Amino acid sequence: MTDTISARLDEHLRAPDLFGSASGRIVTLAFMVILLCVPLAAHFLGIRLQLVSLDFITRILCLAIAAVSLNLILGFGGMISFGHAAYIGIGAYCVGIPAYHGYESGWLHFPLAIAASALFALVTGAISLRTKGVYFIMITMAFAQMGYYFFLSLDEYGGDDGLTIYSRSVLDIINIENKMVLFLLTYTCLVASIYAVYRIVNSRFGMVVRGCQSNETRMKALGYNTYAYKLTAYVIAGGMCGLAGALLGNFTTFISPDMMGWSRSGELMFMVILGGTGSLFGPVFGAVTFVFIEEVLSSFTTYWALPFGVLLVLSVLFIKGGLNGLIQRGWNRD
Amino acid sequence: MLDIQGLKKSFGGVVATDSVTLGVDAGELHAIIGPNGAGKTTLIAQLSGDLRPDAGHVVFNGRDITTVPTHRRSHFGLARSFQITSVFMGLSVIDNVALAVQAHDGHSFRFWQPATTQARLRKPALEVLEKVGLASRAGTIASAMSHGERRQLEIAMALATDPTFLLLDEPMAGMGAEESAAMVSILRSLKGEKTILLVEHDMDAVFALADRISVLVYGRIIATGKPEDIRKNADVRSAYLGEA
Amino acid sequence: MSTLFFIQFLNGLQLGVLLFLLAAGLTLVFGIMDFVNLAHGSLYMVGAFFCATLTFWTGSFVWAVLLVIPLTALVGLALEMGVIRHLYQRDHLDHVLATFGFILIADTLVHMIWGPQGIAIPLPEYLRGQVEILPGVIFPTFRLVIISCGLLVALGLYWLIGRTRLGMLIRAGASNRTMVSALGIDIKTLFTAVFALGAVLAGLAGMLIAPITEATIGMGNDIIITAFVVIIVGGIGSMKGAFIGALIIGLIDTLGRSFLDDILKLFIPVNAAETAGPAISSMLIYLIMAGVLAFRPQGLFPPKVR
Repeated sequence: MTDTISARLDEHLRAPDLFGSASGRIVTLAFMVILLCVPLAAHFLGIRLQLVSLDFITRILCLAIAAVSLNLILGFGGMISFGHAAYIGIGAYCVGIPAYHGYESGWLHFPLAIAASALFALVTGAISLRTKGVYFIMITMAFAQMGYYFFLSLDEYGGDDGLTIYSRSVLDIINIENKMVLFLLTYTCLVASIYAVYRIVNSRFGMVVRGCQSNETRMKALGYNTYAYKLTAYVIAGGMCGLAGALLGNFTTFISPDMMGWSRSGELMFMVILGGTGSLFGPVFGAVTFVFIEEVLSSFTTYWALPFGVLLVLSVLFIKGGLNGLIQRGWNRD
Repeated sequence: MLDIQGLKKSFGGVVATDSVTLGVDAGELHAIIGPNGAGKTTLIAQLSGDLRPDAGHVVFNGRDITTVPTHRRSHFGLARSFQITSVFMGLSVIDNVALAVQAHDGHSFRFWQPATTQARLRKPALEVLEKVGLASRAGTIASAMSHGERRQLEIAMALATDPTFLLLDEPMAGMGAEESAAMVSILRSLKGEKTILLVEHDMDAVFALADRISVLVYGRIIATGKPEDIRKNADVRSAYLGEA
Repeated sequence: MSTLFFIQFLNGLQLGVLLFLLAAGLTLVFGIMDFVNLAHGSLYMVGAFFCATLTFWTGSFVWAVLLVIPLTALVGLALEMGVIRHLYQRDHLDHVLATFGFILIADTLVHMIWGPQGIAIPLPEYLRGQVEILPGVIFPTFRLVIISCGLLVALGLYWLIGRTRLGMLIRAGASNRTMVSALGIDIKTLFTAVFALGAVLAGLAGMLIAPITEATIGMGNDIIITAFVVIIVGGIGSMKGAFIGALIIGLIDTLGRSFLDDILKLFIPVNAAETAGPAISSMLIYLIMAGVLAFRPQGLFPPKVR
């Protein structure tokens, strides 16, 4: 009997593929390569098309990192957080506020952004994760709103008018004042985030979180303290999104509470769902598609939000099982 | 091994569990039978920790676990299977069982190594699958399996946590004759090794397997005893003859 | 000092009453139809804008209010029969996403029809003045009107739900939907009526606040979250919870913003108090929400279990 088991064992000791399937690999790699090379090429060739400019794509990349972090808890963990944009704001202010006081080192800004976001996630998550379903959604929304109002109340840092920084984070080894360098840094961070999520969701920890989404009662029966694992995932996602916020703040050099309003969270969620939840690169696709649509539509009309809203309503009505069904199916695809 | 003492539970005006007192000895296979609506699921939920009783105690190996959270009970050696199949549909059979093994292999705050490459998890998982006869289906996705196979997986997952006590909630639910027979032989092979509290509707299986039987009607135990005695018991017959 | 306190207390009541109007509709719709309506704030906005236009056409604010009430009911009806009723079976996330889409649609439509600027609503002469409630305490008349209206509506809802047949159906529907329809009551019509009622309450709130703040695009989007906080604190599905929760939140938010830095100054240095005060008071209601959730996750006055 042991021989059969040893024989079978070898069959079942493989790590999951980063790209999913063979066809997925080609498409995804091509997409990521285009995302890297086209803006660089446009920059060097002097092509002045907004849609392929370094600036436009850098912003998308920041949002993509935020979307990847949201997908960790939404797509893989089933935690529907409608307040994830809060971490973008916190991360950005962790660049802005020290800079305002003359502390310009990136070695302070970035770790601070991650730590502050993780802390906020820990505190709000500890409370929110005691609830489920619609309560969880509302509470995460409320906490994000709390963050929004908190930063709005800080007159010293601009409040409603926002905070402008006059130089980007200073990192001795690279100079991110140069837009190409910032683009490359952001791209690297995106790739690193995706890889980190890949490792996390396939690790022991990740399997627990995925199990919690599928059947939390079963997980508890097996002996897992599901609350502790979900909270940890929530904190990791928050910290990762804080990084996205710090990068975004550096990019725009203008930081305001609007970055963290709950409708921003809605946009992030839409990006994740659009790209296909429960997949590693999906959020990137979603972010690119969303921002492109937003940009193209808004060049035609200031009223672009209207067809957008209609699209959202129609998708919920007509996609089988609604958008939530899309999320569930996305997980089962793994 | 398991001592249920005067357990009571009501929902609004409905009494679901009415002073249930029951003891399960180490190594025995004790079955609970009863008509539908008797409160079997509520009783199991109180034993597994999903529901807190209004009164009474659940004592496991001398330890009062009445208010202990569900996930901790598993670490005392108490495992449970569900009446409604609760396997992870998107995962393969071996992934399902490995996840169960993992629960008892230290903590799972390990973020880097893929779980599927860890022989430490996969080997015990395969051994359990061998035991329930699913080893050849290890790579199949749970959603692609038949109902009977999933019920087997259900048992496998409970076994994978290396329990001393198994709480089985209608393992044969929805199974055809052949599948039920297979399940009976799995359970028979576990007799003696594990202490089992089996809730079942399938009378053939119950009488073939049980050392003792308790009958639950409207939330109270009306009889406990050896299978032959239960078969002859007048109260039990009337409780069941009322049912088709 | 106590004059200021009394005035702020009244302001807090005013906010509370507005929040109640919003929360009542939200909690009714959630309690009975199990539907999360993020776009409830858009109904608030629509009420304000309709009122602005009708005030302009009729020359009278009061007439506008009276006319807009049935108008908002119609909007609610159309929305419910057209789209909302097809979403009841869906998951809550789908409710949130679909109504988020509605917000985008509503905000854009308002922008298209009324333009980007806010619209002021002129009050009639007799509502513009101030009243001396107590010696030395001067309070705007209109704000008193808002408070009175809100309390009247609360009373009306209490009577409606407690003493009328419709109210009985509402309470029955909240505790056992299937039974109610099994009894032959037309559950579809009940749901439509409840939704329309919620719409009217939201629209009324919008109309009452608009003369003070102007009708602006997206005016409902922030206050809706506060309304969520109210129903979480009060207990989702509970009218009593909505009322008490709204008053608590309204009072704490207003009084907190006014007095927290003064209170803090008693304990910490002035400079720190002047930054910390506004910062903490902006978070106060969320801290309360977190506190309530920690000890009573179902809220302060949850309705009976279904």
